[in-house]
Amino acid sequence: MKKFNRWFGKNLIRIYAVMGFTYLFIPIVYTFVFSFNDYVRSNLVWRGFTFDNWTDPCAPLDICPALGNSIKIGLIATAGATLLGTLIAFALARYAFKGRGIVNTLIFLPMATPELVLGASLLTMFLDLGFNPGFWTIVIAHVMFCISFVVVTVKARIASLDPRLEQAAMDLYANEAETFRRVTLPLVAPGIAGGALLAFSLSFDDFIITNFNSGTTITFPLYVYTHAERGLPAQANVIGVSMFLLALFVVLAGQFVGRKRKVSA
Amino acid sequence: MSDASTSAKGDLQLRNITKTYGDFNAVDDLTLTIPEGSFFALLGPSGCGKTTTLRMIAGLEEPTAGTIHVGSTEITDMKPYRRPVNTVFQNYALFPHLSIFENVAFGLRRRGIKDVKEQVDKVLQLVELPHLAERKPTQLSGGQQQRIAVARAIVNRPALLLLDEPLGALDLKLRRQMQIELKWIQTEVGLTFVHVTHDQEEAMTMADTIAVMNEGRIEQMGTPADLYDNPQTAFVANFLGQSNLIKGNVVATDGDSHTVDLFGQKVKVNKNRSVARDSSILFGIRPEKIRIQENSHTNSGCVLEGGTIVDVSYIGVSTQYQVEMPWGQELMVFEQNDDGIPPLAKGDSVKLSWEPVFSFGLNGHEDASAGSEVNPTEDE
Repeated sequence: MKKFNRWFGKNLIRIYAVMGFTYLFIPIVYTFVFSFNDYVRSNLVWRGFTFDNWTDPCAPLDICPALGNSIKIGLIATAGATLLGTLIAFALARYAFKGRGIVNTLIFLPMATPELVLGASLLTMFLDLGFNPGFWTIVIAHVMFCISFVVVTVKARIASLDPRLEQAAMDLYANEAETFRRVTLPLVAPGIAGGALLAFSLSFDDFIITNFNSGTTITFPLYVYTHAERGLPAQANVIGVSMFLLALFVVLAGQFVGRKRKVSA
Repeated sequence: MSDASTSAKGDLQLRNITKTYGDFNAVDDLTLTIPEGSFFALLGPSGCGKTTTLRMIAGLEEPTAGTIHVGSTEITDMKPYRRPVNTVFQNYALFPHLSIFENVAFGLRRRGIKDVKEQVDKVLQLVELPHLAERKPTQLSGGQQQRIAVARAIVNRPALLLLDEPLGALDLKLRRQMQIELKWIQTEVGLTFVHVTHDQEEAMTMADTIAVMNEGRIEQMGTPADLYDNPQTAFVANFLGQSNLIKGNVVATDGDSHTVDLFGQKVKVNKNRSVARDSSILFGIRPEKIRIQENSHTNSGCVLEGGTIVDVSYIGVSTQYQVEMPWGQELMVFEQNDDGIPPLAKGDSVKLSWEPVFSFGLNGHEDASAGSEVNPTEDE
């Protein structure tokens, strides 16, 4: 008993870690396993192993156009939110203007507001302005709620930037534009990249706000939701797992590049 | 012509420079000429305005009033990247995303020089780090980063090199070594160095000329020896080394010397070593110039009697005594341990003596403790 107690005390952290990761990963493992299910109509019961879902992910009607929409919306919204968010972040981090405090607080509002309220209000607004809900209203809505996340990420990076580096660049004959291009931007870039990744994954994932403002456009989350009642094809799992692996690859690649930069050259 | 980054040469002249932040005068009507080719130190405690002065020369701060010239070119309102001035920043500010080579080449490239390799290699040779050209700044030690920061600045051959507490982040041993190295580099490249520091020893070791700054003004300017031997203010006397300053009155003047009454005892000070404006005087003597002896001894020179040793610190090369005088003031005495006589003990009655040439006189209306309260190791 004493021996067990000592072992338990020594490995407590490990036991916690295993439990924590199990909790996090079981749903993902489940999704992964069921992407190989030889399903009929509904993908709820295990019926046997097959590669068919992976070799033909576009088999179910509408699934690939929905995925295409999600990717297109994600890319456009990411580009817009990253550009605007980065500019806002520079303004907030660098310039002391009247009302900076208020803007700093307001920028958090879209993060804090319940998505249902945002979605419903946006729909009301679009209809009042005479916009037909569809692809572009989704893009506008996504840019709006992604900006806050980009601003927060990029601002943190700018705040950690030593202002003396820019002064040193100016001291070494770089004018304002060159200083920004050669020193500021490369150093803030990891923050911008992080903000962009966050924006894309938020946009790709979003269901609630999209559902209000989509009109007849179907995105991947909308497809999954509408088909969940009737029986979701295993191809949805295939796409989900693929996105997961893609994200994992991006993160690992980022870390690898970061480490390589530090160690060599 | 708006770009003086390569053309302007000559002495640096600050004329009536003032920098105000709200009600606070960081730099107060400063006028100063730094001769071309000299190693000049701005020395002072935290917040005395020395770094602000440096940043105005670099163009990173705008003066509230006054002008700055290099030779005949006015640079007061010029952008930093148009000035013939380069800075070695306090924490080096090397670009972390660029290699050492590219850090050093940065200034050359911005000025449109295509073939930078030869010049960069040469300056890396000068700072003895050519083998680190392909590394990133974070892979270098503090001392190496410091040398690269110097290399990155001098490769541009500016009219002026500004050094902002360049050795502040290094440990003592490395700092000593870099002091010698920087001095050598300055002689080698022949540029004007303007060095800002709070470390009096650093300033004395390296600079040809030191300006001691206090509260936005220059207290005194001169060679290290001149400042140490002939301080003009209590601040300088206390900030550069240590001084015993005793309040007294000039009671007689004969020939070249004043006779000064210090609480009933008479001492002498050379007339041309005193800046007292009236009979009220702060009589000064450096601790290492004083001889300390038991009361029975007979002495030559100036003598102060009736002291009691209240503290003895033996520090190897010398022994430091705190001696309480009859009027309650404690005086400091540094005695070289070179005579084989064991140190005196706490509680001993002693008299102090010195050669009259070593004493100096300051304006008696000054605060005798000015400059001794500031902590010289504190960073700005």
